[in-house]
Amino acid sequence: MSARAIFTRPARLAAIVPYLWMVLFFLVPFGFVMKISLSQTAIAQPPYTPAFDLTAGLAAIGDALAALSLDNFRLLISDDLYLLSYLRSLFVAVVSTGILLLIGYPIAYGMARLPRRWQGIAMMLVIVPFWTSFLIRIYAWINILQHDGLLNRVLLALHLVSQPVVWLSTESAMYLGIIYSYLPFMILPLYATLAKMDRALEEAAADLGASPFKVFWLVTFPLSLPGVAAGVLLCFIPIVGEFVIPDLLAGSNALMIGQTLWLEFFTNKDWPVASAAAVFLLVLLLIPLLVYDRLQRRQFEEVK
Amino acid sequence: MMAEELARTHDETEPGAPAAELGKPESSLPDAVGMPLLRIEGVVKAFGGVRAVDGVSLDIRAGEFLALLGPSGCGKTTLLRMLAGFETPDEGRMLLNGRDIAQVLPHERPVNMMFQNYALFPHLSVRDNIAFGLKRAGLSRAEIKDRVAEMVALVKLKGLEKRRPDQLSGGQRQRVALARSLARCPQLLLLDEPLAALDKKLRESTQAELMEVQRRLGMTFIIVTHDQDEAMTVADRIGVMNAGRLAQLATPRQLYEAPRSRWIAEFVGDINVFEGKIEARETSRLTVATRDAGTLAVVEPRDAIGKANVAVAIRPEKLKLSRQGPAVDVASAHAVNRLEGVISDVSYLGGTTSYKVKLDSGAVVRASMSNTTRLDVDAYGLGQRVVVWFTPDDCVMLDQ
Ligand SMILES: Nc1ncnc2c1ncn2[C@@H]1O[C@H](COP(=O)(O)OP(=O)(O)O)[C@@H](O)[C@H]1O
Ligand SMILES: [Mg+2]
Repeated sequence: MSARAIFTRPARLAAIVPYLWMVLFFLVPFGFVMKISLSQTAIAQPPYTPAFDLTAGLAAIGDALAALSLDNFRLLISDDLYLLSYLRSLFVAVVSTGILLLIGYPIAYGMARLPRRWQGIAMMLVIVPFWTSFLIRIYAWINILQHDGLLNRVLLALHLVSQPVVWLSTESAMYLGIIYSYLPFMILPLYATLAKMDRALEEAAADLGASPFKVFWLVTFPLSLPGVAAGVLLCFIPIVGEFVIPDLLAGSNALMIGQTLWLEFFTNKDWPVASAAAVFLLVLLLIPLLVYDRLQRRQFEEVK
Repeated sequence: MMAEELARTHDETEPGAPAAELGKPESSLPDAVGMPLLRIEGVVKAFGGVRAVDGVSLDIRAGEFLALLGPSGCGKTTLLRMLAGFETPDEGRMLLNGRDIAQVLPHERPVNMMFQNYALFPHLSVRDNIAFGLKRAGLSRAEIKDRVAEMVALVKLKGLEKRRPDQLSGGQRQRVALARSLARCPQLLLLDEPLAALDKKLRESTQAELMEVQRRLGMTFIIVTHDQDEAMTVADRIGVMNAGRLAQLATPRQLYEAPRSRWIAEFVGDINVFEGKIEARETSRLTVATRDAGTLAVVEPRDAIGKANVAVAIRPEKLKLSRQGPAVDVASAHAVNRLEGVISDVSYLGGTTSYKVKLDSGAVVRASMSNTTRLDVDAYGLGQRVVVWFTPDDCVMLDQ
């Protein structure tokens, strides 16, 4: 056996693994969801029709295919419950991502400017919260924010307020929870970009007469844009689909799409509509990814 | 005495006899008039207790091309970075036109730097890179446009204005960096190993261009390099640095022919060193008893040497070789400093041939000879017995 064959076969197998993974754990389940989204709800087990029965013969399968329809998607568009949920999700994601960027950038910048030996420690501090389960940390926030929670007790003790303030089940509590949870995902890609940036570029800008602000605005920031894009995507996409944080920390008057989905699926047992909403959400989230991909490709072509 | 006459003849036949230049006190500025453009006074910079720059003082005249030469880690970049404003000196002053700039921020100094790896802005075109400093200076659009065009023409980059740095070759990038740092017409331009990344041929042609640009614009350049050929080629004066100190500041000729210490003599170029003791002092002539080369006659150095233990140093090209045997030539027969030995190594280098001669004392000396003819009639073979001789004037006397 030639050396080439020895090396290429495992290499090829290794290259297949991610595709296999995607097919098995993304494409196949997505096919199920897609199929359910085209079905009708029913009081049955499973709670929709038609159900494919592969043993029933070709004719039955043909009938089942004919029974599929886009009714659920029409419902999504016609009922503004869904539209409002989507809009609220987008709004919350845009606002939170904006705040995350505003908070995360200075932190990442500061970390990248620390002496080398402190940078590792700072990085640890950013990652340390992951050692505790996300849910436990959100429950901890409930504890802090509730009527007789830590925050109100401190405020009362300092005589900053005379009455306990309502924190829990408010918009502020939800944003606090989202920003707290997603901050590491904003900081880490920004830090990675800023830390590997050549400091000589900033010195060159200063040398050519740029004030510290101009150095940042004309050199540091534009060169950190790939990190900004990565951080924004990493936060924006999961926040749009966020369920746990708004469910536990926000009031119940306006729902994000994740909550609506949950409601349809578990409370209303309307799997087909829930599936249609999920498919639509996925398509919606593909847009920023495609834009990002386009930008990267353009940059790559410019280099060539 | 014949040998003395010979020695004198030798001096006279050498074009541009060094005697006058070598006799000058070297630290004074050539044609110094009034205030120097830049005066560095006792500048010290330590990093965590280690003195990277340790009490450097020097003056630079406007329009001068100065090279800082030294081994890696000797503090050249640190000194340059202090001049650019990226490091603050712990001690000392740096006067630019009489004003202390030690505390002036980098963006407010009339000094520009060309960075070692060019530090071109990767997100900006060639034009925008060159225009960067001009925009900060608040020039009008039209002025910027004219100046950029001028710079692009100066460094021969016409037609590449719209390219990004990563679409350029190493040589082209180097030119953009030069144009960018020249665009603001700095009073002082600092160049940190500007040619290190270029291959030999390109480096040599770029050296010539650098000198041409410097002369044409009448600017003051300080170039940092660890390449002594480069320093000698481009600079009016060379400052040799060793372990944070300025070991010698002199013209290339002074540095090579009259190094101030053994370290400098051995760092700049090749040299043979014989350690010994001063035995006798005549008028302008010392006799030194050496371990490896017997008794040598040496001219008395300008700065009298106090110690009796000295080193006599001589450059390989100043050693002459002659055949031994019945037809001993007149010159070698009467030479004052005359050694005998066997050729132990021959390296043909094109323009010159480098020989190693194993002396009868066992010591090995290096001699190099110009290949003035195409055929190897003058060449010596391995194992051949030769006479090695040299004049007292060609020796340099140094502390051990
Ligand atoms: N920012 C710094 N922090 C710590 N040590 C430094 C720093 N910059 C330079 N040094 C040290 O100072 C010495 C001189 O460095 P440098 O000026 O870069 O030398 P050169 O340019 O002559 O090679 C070296 O020993 C280097 O390790
Ligand atoms: Mg250096």
